[in-house]
Amino acid sequence: MSDEILRLRNISKTFDGKLILEDFNLSIKKNEFVTLLGPSGCGKSTTLRIIGGFLKPDEGQVYFEGKDISNLPPDKRNVNTVFQKYSLFPHMTVAENIAFGLKLKKKSKQYIDDKIAYALKLVNMDGYGDRQPSSLSGGQQQRVAIARAIVNEPKMLLLDEPLGALDLKLRHDMQRELIKIKKEVGITFVYVTHDQDEALTMSDRIIVMNQGIIQQMGTSKSIYDEPQNAFVADFIGDSNIIDGVMEKDCLVRIQDHRIPCVDVGFGKDELVDVVIRPEDLVIVGEAEGLLTGMVVSIIFKGAYYEIKVRVQDYEWMVQSVNPAQIGSMVGLTILPDNIQIMHKPISADEEIVKEEE
Amino acid sequence: MEKKKRLNKRTWLSAPYLIWIVGFTIIPLVVIFQDAFVNAEGSFTMDNILAIFNPIHMKSMILSLAIAAGCTVICILLAYPLVLALRRLNMGREGFLVFGLILPMWMNFILRLLAWQMILSKNGILNMILGFFGIAPLPIANTWLSILIGVVYDYLPFMILPLYNAISEIDEDIIEAAKDLGAGGFTVFKKIILPLSMPGLLSGIVMVFVPSMTSFVVADVLGGGKIQLIGNVIEQEFTKNVDWGLGSGLSVSLMIFVLISMAFTMKNDPEGKESAIW
Repeated sequence: MSDEILRLRNISKTFDGKLILEDFNLSIKKNEFVTLLGPSGCGKSTTLRIIGGFLKPDEGQVYFEGKDISNLPPDKRNVNTVFQKYSLFPHMTVAENIAFGLKLKKKSKQYIDDKIAYALKLVNMDGYGDRQPSSLSGGQQQRVAIARAIVNEPKMLLLDEPLGALDLKLRHDMQRELIKIKKEVGITFVYVTHDQDEALTMSDRIIVMNQGIIQQMGTSKSIYDEPQNAFVADFIGDSNIIDGVMEKDCLVRIQDHRIPCVDVGFGKDELVDVVIRPEDLVIVGEAEGLLTGMVVSIIFKGAYYEIKVRVQDYEWMVQSVNPAQIGSMVGLTILPDNIQIMHKPISADEEIVKEEE
Repeated sequence: MEKKKRLNKRTWLSAPYLIWIVGFTIIPLVVIFQDAFVNAEGSFTMDNILAIFNPIHMKSMILSLAIAAGCTVICILLAYPLVLALRRLNMGREGFLVFGLILPMWMNFILRLLAWQMILSKNGILNMILGFFGIAPLPIANTWLSILIGVVYDYLPFMILPLYNAISEIDEDIIEAAKDLGAGGFTVFKKIILPLSMPGLLSGIVMVFVPSMTSFVVADVLGGGKIQLIGNVIEQEFTKNVDWGLGSGLSVSLMIFVLISMAFTMKNDPEGKESAIW
């Protein structure tokens, strides 16, 4: 593949006897915005640090543009990192921070000055060159850190939860800006986060990880709409995950009710996991529902109400723009399209995933 | 602007310290200054101060300065690699090593000097070991070199500890960021670790340079009374010659000298963080 920029092959890494990455394989294309998404301890930061050269894998190789760089130290790699804690040099001004990498490359003063001006403009920090990092807010510091990395024109930018320390509003602004910066500079971004919103918003491709194993890989839409296992369904967005039995193609039995769906190819009477997003459930009159249950709680969330409806011993989470009366009996319907049927986990790896939940 | 000075109850807690500093620092200083500038007839004189320019005193002064400077430089050269190595160790072993460094400080320092006297003496352990390898004995005992070894040994912990504090505060992320931007090991040290450890380094310099400049016990024990540092000269003026005027005058000169050296060090501090010194 000619447009492949990075390949991780059979990477394994153990810390203190705990396996963090196991036989991990990943290929990243040029100019892609790839997000490694997963709960803490899933191996996503370790993967990033292996790409950056801060960690050596116990086994496996890192190929960058076709060359094995597994043994190159970080300063010899054509990638740059934006760290979660900004990590600006506290004894240098903003401009000196940005110039650090360029000075080491012995660029001319004119070139460096131009680059600093360009980078500050790119991250919306015009005129901040002479400030000390300690006088900047968290968001501003992170902008400088991004500027400091991209002036070196790396082929790949690694971002390790760069927005993790910012407040929600600022995080949303920065997400938009990162997309803008990515478009402007046209380099490959590898982004690590545990925030599924962030991943869904920004990425060309999301890699959902857990326990050092890739659970699912795909575009935001495919990951959200078609989770491949219960872990992904649970981790990305809110989900109702419940046991079901496939009666035949396009008909699943949940809680003793036969419900039409669109999934085919399961064995007759196979035990399956059924995933239904809370926004796909519709509250209707008691008589019209596929399922009927009692409203047990309702929380106002701003754009919608989060309503819990108990059917037998399972509480369905429903997102609805209309409120419902606690204690009242309601019906629930769902379009066949919006039901996800998944095989029960069979391999040991997937089993681990289930136990973790 | 009304600024009533309210003595709150807690202010009195500092009374013991106040008594201490007045009794044992300020009053002695006043006495020394008085002795230095007033002669036996009770009139003002500069003789005692200018006595420092007497060639014999000047020689002691320069030797003291050389030993103090040498000691400081050697301590810096020894402390940095050690502290950088400590940084890389995990917590348990790190604590143990620092403990090991501090341990000798719990023992009386004259005892430790006497031990060095035994090690460095003509028939001492050092020459015994050298002899074992067929090397001729080194005449280190009672030379400036043995004094230098003594002060380095004594004051090295005072360089290591502030430096260790400063360097262990540097975030690993910052060092990784520098590497990430293309800095090799030496560049990381020069551009990141050295400037960021400057407060600790300056504090270490003050804590090593000043006492090694003014010490006289080390020279007494390891110099065999043959080498006169300025501290020894002052001590003898007070004890042997009972010339308090001259002793005080030399003390004041030494004090001025030390203050000038320190001002020079501070001026070279790019950040000007005087607060970190003391």
